Amino acid sequence: MSLRTPLARARGLGSAKEGVQHWWMQRVTAVALVPLSLWFVASLIAVAGADYPTVVAWVGSPLNTALLVILLVSVFYHAILGLQVVIEDYIHREWLKHALLLSMNFALILLGVVAVISVLRIAFVAVLSAGV
Amino acid sequence: MNRRPLSPHLQVYRPQLTSVLSILHRATGVALSVGTLLLVYWLAAAALGPQSYATAQNILGSWFGLLLLFLWSWALFYHLSNGIRHLFWDAGQGFELPTVYQSGYVVVASSLVLTVLAWVMAFSQ
Repeated sequence: MSLRTPLARARGLGSAKEGVQHWWMQRVTAVALVPLSLWFVASLIAVAGADYPTVVAWVGSPLNTALLVILLVSVFYHAILGLQVVIEDYIHREWLKHALLLSMNFALILLGVVAVISVLRIAFVAVLSAGV
Repeated sequence: MNRRPLSPHLQVYRPQLTSVLSILHRATGVALSVGTLLLVYWLAAAALGPQSYATAQNILGSWFGLLLLFLWSWALFYHLSNGIRHLFWDAGQGFELPTVYQSGYVVVASSLVLTVLAWVMAFSQ
């Protein structure tokens, strides 16, 4: 016999009130990153040696801008979920664990936002300077 | 706090393909997370303009930059290949011990082949 209420069992969220969300989002971002990372590496190979205007034009093409933003959001979301598990598994001193979890989250969110803003800035500047 | 050893308590086991590949998945994941610094630097430099982009290209194109990128690319291909192996396990496939070893060797081989292939393509541009 379970002591959980029928509603709690139906919600399936468990004692942490999160259910399988962490595990599931790790998989969702993983599946998204399979084609995205292959596309990104192939594009880098094609574009990395090119001159500046070529790189700007590549980033600024609407499909590439969209895929880059989706890639970056997936990468940093995936990295935060993964690093969280690593920290929780290996750091057992309570204050240090929480300090690392917080700073890891802040650092990766900062990096992710800088990356997305850089992509958008390249895309918008490419359009503006083409209009001059 | 008691002093009993806590899981994962790895040091009592002889290394095996399975356990080595498992910890490599974590290690490459952490390395790739740190490696996002390179990616963010490259994107931010491109967003700042042609001069800073040229500086970034010089740094990343130096022998040290290329070494970092080479190691980073192997970590990416390993984490990608082994990640696909993990997704098959998540779907309930491939748990028989011979299959686990076979897929392990496939992951190692594909990570090396993809890394070599990527750099051959990059340098034949």
